[in-house]
Amino acid sequence: MKLITTLLAAVALTSAALSKDVELLNVSYDPTRELYVDYNTAFAAYWKAKTGDTVTIKQSHGGSGKQARSVIDGLKADVVTLALAADVDAIYENAKLLPKDWQKRLPDNSAPYTSTIVFLVRKGNPQNIKDWDDLVKKGVSIVTPNPKTSGGARWNYLAAWGYALKKYGSDDKAKEFVAKLYKNVPVLDSGARGATTTFVQRGIGDVAISWENEAYLAVKEFGADKFEIIVPSVSILAEPTLSVVDKVAKKKGTTEVAKAYLEYLYSDEGQEIAARNFYRPRNEQILAKYSANFAKIDLFTIDGVFGGWTNAQKTHFADGGIFDEIYLKK
Amino acid sequence: MATTVTHLKAQLGAAAPVSRATRDAPWVRWLLTAVALLFLAGFLVLPLAAVFTEALRKGVGVYFRALIDHDALAAIRLTLLAAAISVPANVVFGVAAAWAITKFQFRGKNVLITLIDLPFAVSPVISGLIYVLVFGLQGWYGHYLNAEHPWFPALQAWLVAKDFTIIFAVPGIVLATTFVTFPFVARELIPLMQAQGSDEEYAAVTLGASGWQIFRRVTLPNIKWGLFYGVILCNARAMGEFGAVSVVSGHIRGETNTIPLHVEILYNEYNFAAAFAMASLLALLAIFTLVLKSFVEWRYATSHKG
Repeated sequence: MKLITTLLAAVALTSAALSKDVELLNVSYDPTRELYVDYNTAFAAYWKAKTGDTVTIKQSHGGSGKQARSVIDGLKADVVTLALAADVDAIYENAKLLPKDWQKRLPDNSAPYTSTIVFLVRKGNPQNIKDWDDLVKKGVSIVTPNPKTSGGARWNYLAAWGYALKKYGSDDKAKEFVAKLYKNVPVLDSGARGATTTFVQRGIGDVAISWENEAYLAVKEFGADKFEIIVPSVSILAEPTLSVVDKVAKKKGTTEVAKAYLEYLYSDEGQEIAARNFYRPRNEQILAKYSANFAKIDLFTIDGVFGGWTNAQKTHFADGGIFDEIYLKK
Repeated sequence: MATTVTHLKAQLGAAAPVSRATRDAPWVRWLLTAVALLFLAGFLVLPLAAVFTEALRKGVGVYFRALIDHDALAAIRLTLLAAAISVPANVVFGVAAAWAITKFQFRGKNVLITLIDLPFAVSPVISGLIYVLVFGLQGWYGHYLNAEHPWFPALQAWLVAKDFTIIFAVPGIVLATTFVTFPFVARELIPLMQAQGSDEEYAAVTLGASGWQIFRRVTLPNIKWGLFYGVILCNARAMGEFGAVSVVSGHIRGETNTIPLHVEILYNEYNFAAAFAMASLLALLAIFTLVLKSFVEWRYATSHKG
C-alpha cells in the first residue's frame, strides 16, 4: 500500500514538474462573453507555447456592479475584467483584495480596449432617432439597464449627461435632460446583455442605448435587415478596466499567469481579437485596420467632464445620489 | 337561507330526477369545457410545444450536441448532485418533523410548524441573499476565517488551509437548494399523519413494541405513498430552482451553474437552440415527475381502499 502511494506521489510530482495544469477565473461584465471565448483560446495556446503549462480559463458574466459585489463577497476571481474603474475600486474599498493604485499597473488606465455608447434602433428607424435630443421626445420608449448594477448603464447615463452639459451649459439643465430621458425608460434590466435581449428578443422599446460592441453584436447575430446602429453626435469614451485580484491569485498561486493573461490583451493578437469583437483597440494600426467598424464620434472622457470615476460614482450613483433622485421621482 | 335550502330540497326530492337538476344547460357545459381546454392549451401545451420545437429547430444533431457540451454536462451533474444531497436531507428532516408534530404534544409546536413553512413564505432571492450575508467573505463566515482569536482555532486553521468556500461554490448551491425545498416532505406528511391519528402506534406500544419498531412496522408503511409523493415534489423543485441558486452561484460556467442557470446563460448568448435543448431537459423532468406523481396518487388511493 505504502509503495503504491509513494509511486503515485512520484508520478504526480514528475508530471507536475513537466507541465502544470492551471485554472484561472475571469469575472467579467455582461457583453464580453464572446470576446473572452475567443481570447481565452488564444491565450491558452500562447501560454502553452511559452511555458508548456495548460491553462483553463473559467468565465463568470453579469452586470459589472453585481460581479464586483460577488468578488467582494468571496467569489474567487483571479482577474476581474469589469466595465468601469469604479467597480474595481469597490473591490479595493470593501474587501482590500487588490492595492489602491491598481489602475496604474497596466498601460492606458488598465483598459486595453475601449468602447463608446451608441443607439440601437429597429430597421428603418421608425421614430427617426438621430441624436440624444430625440430620446427625450414624448412617446419614445428607451431600453437601458439599471445603473446600480450595470456598468454599461452608468456609461449610458454619463454619456447623456455629458451631451446635455455640453449643449445646454449647466448641471441643472443636464439633470433635467437626464430625468426626462429616464421618464421614457419602461424597465431597467440588471445587465447590458439582459437589456439587449429585452430590446431584440422581446421587442420592447424603440431604441436601446447600448455599448457600441453590444450593438454591433446584436446586428451581427440578428442581421442588418432587423436593426440599425445610430451614432450620436457626441458620446463618452468608455474604458472597461481590468486587474489581477492580488490576494486571491496569491492564495491560489496563479499571480504570474494571471498577470500574463491581462498583459497579453495588449499584444497584437489580443488587440486583433478585441477589434474583431467590436471593441476599439488601443493599438493605432489595428484600429486603422478595422476602422470601418468604428465610426468617428466626438468622444469626451470621464476625467474631463466628471472628474474621474470616484467623483462620478459618488455624485450620481451612490445611495441618495442624483440617479436615485431622478428615478424615484418618476 | 335555510328556507331556500329546504325549498330546493323539497323540489329536488319531489319533481325532477336528481341528475337533471345537477346538470347545467348544454351550452354552459360546452362553454366551460372549451374555456378550460383553451386555457390549458394556451398556457401549458403551447409553451411546452414551443420549448421542444425551438430545441429541435436546428436538427437533432444540434440538440444532442447541446446536451453533451462540456458546460452543459457540468450543469447537469451539479443539478443532480444538489438534488441528491438536498432530497435525502429533507426526507430525514421531513419525516422526523412530521413524526414529532403529529404523534407528540410539546411546547412550541406551532413555532416549529411556522418555521417549516418559512421557505415557502420567503422569496427565493431573499433566501439566497441570506446565505451570502452569512457565508460571504464580508459575512459571519468571512469574519470567522479572518478573526485573530477565533473560537476553535483548529477549525479555522483547517478551513483556511483547505480554502473552504461555501458561497459561489458547490456547498452554497446545495445549501440554497435544501433551504427552498425544506417544507416539501414535512408539509406532505403532516396532514396525512394527522388524519391517520396515533391509534395504531398506541396499539403497538401496548403490545410492547419499541419506538424504532413502531416507526418501521407501523408508521412508515402507513405514510409510504405520501412520503414518496413528497419526495417527487421536493426533487422537482430542487432541480428547477432558479432564484436562490442564482444569488449564491457566482455563475462560473462549468463549475457553479445548474441547469436553470445554464439555460439563462445560453439564452443571453443568443444560443437559442442550446438554451431550449437544456430547457427541454427540465420540461422532460417535469413530465416524468407528473407521470410518477399520478402513478403514486393512484397507488395511494388503492392502498387506502384496500
